[in-house]
Amino acid sequence: MSVRAVPDPDRGLCGWGRTYLPGTEVRSEQLTQLSAGKPLARGLGRSYGDASLLARGDRVAAGTTLADRILSFDEETGLLTAEAGLCLAELNRLFFPRLWFTPVSPGTKFVTLGGMVASDIHGKNHHVAGTFGKHVKSILLRTGRGRIVRASREENEDLFLATLGGMGLTGHILEVSFTMRRIPSTWMIGESHRVDSLQALLDLLIEKGQTWPYSAAWCDTLPRGGQRGRGILFLGRWAEQGEAAPQLSHSPRAVPIPFELPSGLLNRFTIGIFNSLVYWSHVRRTKRGVITPDACFYPLDAFHNWNRAYGRRGVTQHQSVVARETGAEALLEMMKVLESAHTASFLTVVKDCGAEGDGLLSFPKPGISLALDIPITARSTEIIAQLNQVVIAHQGRIYLTKDGLTSASDFQRMEPRLERFLEVKRRWDPDNEFRSAQSERLFGLGATAT
Amino acid sequence: MKVVLLGGTSGMGRAIGRQLVERGDHVFLLGLGDAELEKSAADFEQRGGGKLKVGYAPCDLERPESFAPALAEADRVLGGFDTVIVTAALFATQERLEQDIELTRRLLTVNFANTVVFCEQVRAYLLGRGGGRLCVFSSVAGDRGRKPVVLYGASKAGLSAYLEGLDHRYHAQGLQILCVKPGFVRTSMTEGLKAPPFAGEPEGVAKQVLTALDNRRPVVYAPAMWAWVMRVIRNLPRFVMRKVGF
Repeated sequence: MSVRAVPDPDRGLCGWGRTYLPGTEVRSEQLTQLSAGKPLARGLGRSYGDASLLARGDRVAAGTTLADRILSFDEETGLLTAEAGLCLAELNRLFFPRLWFTPVSPGTKFVTLGGMVASDIHGKNHHVAGTFGKHVKSILLRTGRGRIVRASREENEDLFLATLGGMGLTGHILEVSFTMRRIPSTWMIGESHRVDSLQALLDLLIEKGQTWPYSAAWCDTLPRGGQRGRGILFLGRWAEQGEAAPQLSHSPRAVPIPFELPSGLLNRFTIGIFNSLVYWSHVRRTKRGVITPDACFYPLDAFHNWNRAYGRRGVTQHQSVVARETGAEALLEMMKVLESAHTASFLTVVKDCGAEGDGLLSFPKPGISLALDIPITARSTEIIAQLNQVVIAHQGRIYLTKDGLTSASDFQRMEPRLERFLEVKRRWDPDNEFRSAQSERLFGLGATAT
Repeated sequence: MKVVLLGGTSGMGRAIGRQLVERGDHVFLLGLGDAELEKSAADFEQRGGGKLKVGYAPCDLERPESFAPALAEADRVLGGFDTVIVTAALFATQERLEQDIELTRRLLTVNFANTVVFCEQVRAYLLGRGGGRLCVFSSVAGDRGRKPVVLYGASKAGLSAYLEGLDHRYHAQGLQILCVKPGFVRTSMTEGLKAPPFAGEPEGVAKQVLTALDNRRPVVYAPAMWAWVMRVIRNLPRFVMRKVGF
């Protein structure tokens, strides 16, 4: 299955950015038994950095993807309960015809429910719907010392809130109950605007967000001067009955990228050409039409293994959210960092974030979010550190699901909530049974720490 | 179809059950553990669109006395059934079996003797109704005695021979037999083993099995490439088989 970051017997485990660390995973339908004694659970391995990789000394992660049963669904309330390994693509395939959809969808459908909770994912509708966690009613977890516990806003609330966005570090997520939302049809109305400056793009993003439930912008970080940050704003909403064809929409067949392209193929020069092509192929300023949900939510899923385009060295992502007032300034500073380092971001996404959720480590908060794809080179750690200085200066924070290179001290400067999270983790996992390469790097919680 | 599925809680059986309910067939689930059966039945119900109830009953290939009550319950809930699919079996590596004689006895009993006893009860039932379909998972391991699967392969060789005989004897009376011979398929049963080329996924195997059932084929290799691989292996001379590792 090419949508999963498959372990390599020689190189170990990797995330979607394809940086490998030693270790392997074992999968089983029986997640409750399988998860016993494992330091970490992982789903499809779609987090970019080291969130789904093992801390030094740990050998085997519990792979959840075979534990994918739908346990119940209430047609009246939309409440769905399923095992943690259920893939969103499968959920969409099964529930689109019944006119139900996940309340919040990330930018790929190849994620598991457990991963959606652990990352407390957000989507194009964050400004109106919040994160996925807001719609989660309860979670069944294996916490420390073998205890299997149900957590919700009513029961074991501290554990519940620490688990939303908790990167799987509070225990193994076994089952998830959340509320699906009704959709009027399986089609969407899409609208896109070509905008020639960053400030205008941000202004339009915020203005259109007041009437459109789904919004995000692609932007071109390469041009110099006033054109830097020009881009295309993508908007979407569900089509009402009668606005689109009565037939069900279908997911397009994905094009596989069957082998690694050479590292370095994506550089400032080639990305510049690509960006101009994308920008100018949007010939008219405004386009409008009926589109499939896949075209709206998952444009990159059209290519399986698109991460191979970055070659053997792989890619890292840097996604941050910064204060809205100085958003344009912060984004330009980050683009400047890339320019000074002679690198570029292949796919740059700007998003407007709404209110902060209640997950103790959830990423989004009110402001402007910028996601940069940065090919891995010898200087990547340095570039990420410089980007993080900009984020800190603009009262921002980064998204752990994308991160593999941030330093512990930078992360602590962005995250005043960290101590509260760690306190809850100690309460439910006193022996530090649950850990990852990321928790070792950022919190000093590895296999040998206590 | 009204299908009784033994082994539908995991692996290829789960994949077959899901595809059956998605296309609207009635499924009754047999297997181990009430909690597991209940969850898998709920999953089948939802994947079938939420309208069709999926029943279940405990049935353990290690306890032949559980067969008759399980089939009777399936008959009662489905109001009679016309198809039985058996995916359940035991698996262990040759190394492990050589060190554990009790496990060897259990594996041979479950995969051959008890599976045949189960099928005999199904045969009698289906013939009593004027015919029906019996689909049983054997293995490519049963096609020839080979170094890595001496014991497991022997249990499956016996099963394949039984199914072929059944086909010859009762075909004219309306009993349709399908012997499925999977090669290496990525399921929890093979998790941790090194996957050879042409390894399959359970969803692909399930699709092949349903097509073969619809087309009344007696034998299906899954993935299909294994038919060619096994044709070669069956014809290799003995002195070659003694030398090679597979």
